[in-house]
Amino acid sequence: MTATQAWTTDQPIVRIADVYKAFGAVDVLNGVSLNVMKGEVICIIGPSGSGKSTLLRCINALVPINKGSIQVEGQEVHDPKLDKLELRKKVGMVFQQYNLFPHKTAVQNVMMAPITVLKQDKTEVEARAYALLKKVRLEGKEHSYPGELSGGQQQRVAIARSLAMNPDVMLFDEVTAALDPETVKEVLVTIRELAEEGMTCLLVTHEMGFAREVADHMYFTDRGVIVEQGPPKEFFANPKDPRTQEFLGQIL
Amino acid sequence: MEAFFVWFQWLYDETGVNLTYFYDSFDRGRMIGGFFTTIWLSVVCLFFSTIIGIVGAWLQGSRLVWTRRIVQGYIQFFRNTPPLVQMYFFFFALGNLLPRVKNEFGFMEPMLGNFTWAAISLSFFAGAFNVEIFRSGIEAVPESTREAAEALGYNRLQSYMYVVLPLAFRVCLPALNNNLVNLVKTTTLAYAIAVPELLYVSNQIWSDSVNVPEMMVTLLILYVALVGLLVWAMHRWERAIRVPGYGI
Repeated sequence: MTATQAWTTDQPIVRIADVYKAFGAVDVLNGVSLNVMKGEVICIIGPSGSGKSTLLRCINALVPINKGSIQVEGQEVHDPKLDKLELRKKVGMVFQQYNLFPHKTAVQNVMMAPITVLKQDKTEVEARAYALLKKVRLEGKEHSYPGELSGGQQQRVAIARSLAMNPDVMLFDEVTAALDPETVKEVLVTIRELAEEGMTCLLVTHEMGFAREVADHMYFTDRGVIVEQGPPKEFFANPKDPRTQEFLGQIL
Repeated sequence: MEAFFVWFQWLYDETGVNLTYFYDSFDRGRMIGGFFTTIWLSVVCLFFSTIIGIVGAWLQGSRLVWTRRIVQGYIQFFRNTPPLVQMYFFFFALGNLLPRVKNEFGFMEPMLGNFTWAAISLSFFAGAFNVEIFRSGIEAVPESTREAAEALGYNRLQSYMYVVLPLAFRVCLPALNNNLVNLVKTTTLAYAIAVPELLYVSNQIWSDSVNVPEMMVTLLILYVALVGLLVWAMHRWERAIRVPGYGI
């Protein structure tokens, strides 16, 4: 579990085993385990404060864990000797509040990290950035500043910015929670396309309809543990745990 | 040009308003020299105090407790003592501890001259305030923006240089302007260690010609113009880096 073995695609690309995390006296994760295979799309749902976002942030080492193990492509994420850049090249993350760099235009936002962090060639990165913005349907908005874009547009720039690093896994942390119902759709369309292209996606979401449609596997978390899991059809039609039933009953 | 100079001689003869630096070539030379010494001292101090501010604010965010304490100690020391005392301390106390070197005439003289000491002491003085000014800007950058940079693989220095600092700059520019304006005015303290800047040469001129009111008015007008120029340049810069749709 601790040694880093050569990772092959028949093993889980993200392997989370018995993870505990507390912020001070508050226990957030109380022994979470889950595996994600390459190309799989998983959705994590659950009430606020159940540890969904924290779990995602632990996967790319934004937050340290107290106990347990998280591996991405066989690499232990919380190894003190970990090369964080290597991890973050593999794992892209999109946030609820977009978190674009407000002093840079859309295309500069996409180009910055590959140029400053990966030291890639500027002209090559620029071509890729334009292609990515086209892919997320933001042609013509390349030179707009984040402040001039709508929430949905900003979020799609954020997705393009993350994709510019060519990650193997994408983490989406409630990416539509700050959007109005109409713009939610444009962001979800982008994510669905990514999923269909075979990108491994971990989504924390409150969009149940979308989750049902796009997920290969559903997880329901409450008070820091995974209460129930399963393929979306069964998960939504026939929830077994009373807490899942109650939660889904309130939402649907 | 000659007629211009002659007119000021005439002005003195007729009205008693004695602007020696217009008609007397020796005073003119002193005044021009003083003017450029003030500008040069200001530019050097503006540059180094800003660098000290940027580096100090970076070190303040260090994980090492002793680095943070040293920066804090530096700020307390330079903020809580009078700049004139600091300048004397640098020039007379530290200056005497340094080895003496032979100059071009074969005399022994201190390694660093009075201009250098004035530049060092004023840069550290204004730098202490700049650290705090930059810190206020850095704290205004949302943690989530920094986190986004981190998630994209930026290390702490890259995130500071490319994300945090450019945003912090926009927030703290008004406060920075204030401090830099103060700095330009504080360069007159270099008078105390005989740096031939504007106040010092003016004093020389009025000692020779007893034209104190004229020289005082001249000084005030020159400083209004100098600081006005700085403020104008900083405002232009502020406008140039303004980001559409970003509140600042």
